[in-house]
Amino acid sequence: MYPPDRRYSKDHEWVRVQGERGTIGITDYAQNQLGDVVFLELPEVGRKLQPGEVFGTVESVKAVSELFAPLAGEVLEVNSALVDKPEAINQDPHGAAWMLVVKITDASALQDLMDAPSYQAFVEREAKQ
Amino acid sequence: MVPFGGWDMPLEYSGLIAEHLAVRRAAGLFDVSHMGEFEVAGEGALSFLQRVTANNVARLVVGQAQYSALPLPNGAPVDDVIVYRRASDRYLLVVNAGNIDKDWSWLQSQAPEGCTLENRSQDYALLALQGPAAAEILQGSTGLDLPGIAYYHFAEGDVAGHPVILSRTGYTGEDGFEIFVAAERAEALWRRLIESGKDKGLVPAGLGARDTLRLEARMCLYGNDMDETTTLIEAGLGWIVSLEGAKGDFNGRAVLEAQKKNGPPRKLVGFEVVGRGIARHGYPISLGEAEVGAVTSGSFAPFLQKSIGLCYLPAASSAVGTDLQVDIRGRPVPARVVPTPFYKRGR
Repeated sequence: MYPPDRRYSKDHEWVRVQGERGTIGITDYAQNQLGDVVFLELPEVGRKLQPGEVFGTVESVKAVSELFAPLAGEVLEVNSALVDKPEAINQDPHGAAWMLVVKITDASALQDLMDAPSYQAFVEREAKQ
Repeated sequence: MVPFGGWDMPLEYSGLIAEHLAVRRAAGLFDVSHMGEFEVAGEGALSFLQRVTANNVARLVVGQAQYSALPLPNGAPVDDVIVYRRASDRYLLVVNAGNIDKDWSWLQSQAPEGCTLENRSQDYALLALQGPAAAEILQGSTGLDLPGIAYYHFAEGDVAGHPVILSRTGYTGEDGFEIFVAAERAEALWRRLIESGKDKGLVPAGLGARDTLRLEARMCLYGNDMDETTTLIEAGLGWIVSLEGAKGDFNGRAVLEAQKKNGPPRKLVGFEVVGRGIARHGYPISLGEAEVGAVTSGSFAPFLQKSIGLCYLPAASSAVGTDLQVDIRGRPVPARVVPTPFYKRGR
């Protein structure tokens, strides 16, 4: 279910690291909790993010949720097509619905993120609560 | 599941937008058993109901229902209700789940004379089958003549072998039925209806879709769009306030009559968000620099594909076309007063 090529935060973001580039999105669990997504706000290219910093918001019909940077980086690209078609977050959260590419400025926060099996166990615990 | 009015209710089944669109295009089935039911019976029932409700109960024939409210002396509702006339001296009052205890105490305090009040809320379950395919789906399970049941009328009989009160009413802006059934029969009836409707596009629908559907149809939600501080005239419910001769005096009449004649100081209006974002319940509303209120209900409207809401505005600034701002988490977003209902079904 959760791709093994990336790491996951407790706030339900994923990050896929390729060299100094980190691609960020939200997980299938997060989109499922939100329900039908209708709005997405993302930061400007060039913005410098600290781990845990709010970088945007995602809104479904029933709820609004903030998006938290899983690691430190400078925004290189934003998925502007996704802003126009945010329902893709429900359809393909781990693929087409990537949100940002950042240039990783400090990878140390990666150690605090979970691998796929740990995240799977984490959301199973959360779903039971 | 979410808590609502003292009940745990499903927010969505297959997905809020899919359920909403199914009700607009085919049909949805809602479990709204949380609603409360009071029986009022006896020769004094009519005169008691005339005193405690806003609409003219004398207009009801047996088998007819009426949207109404229980006004306070200040003209604001204790609750909004539907009054069903089941026999010449026997009525059913359907009230909001969260208000059952409050309504019951209020009615007891209004000195019911010549009639008995009975709280049947635990006995009745209520299923709402809503959407353009509702009648076709239901007709397969009942001998009742559905075309003979007009809007806001009801019949008593069997659906799928279960004794029911079948009412052509709803909270979605679509054609449809509300089915009162004994609580212990509700699950069997639910399963039967889902089974007989699934080929016609019927889906189970949750509280989330119920809220977005009623908002598109500009139906008020008690506790959001009206409460004990908003008069029925301010809430745009002047059409359920009867000043006819047969109505006589009732709680709040003086205030409501004056506001109906002279206009209320503020009005509940519908708006569309012109910028991006959803105006949610409680977000501040401004006219120019002045904060004038807050969103009472607001959502993305799945059928209309717009962000819409309701709020109170000073009557002098409430005309269609008025520009306002919604404070969406610290960001002023433009919005505009629009005609309501936002959605009206074709007939």
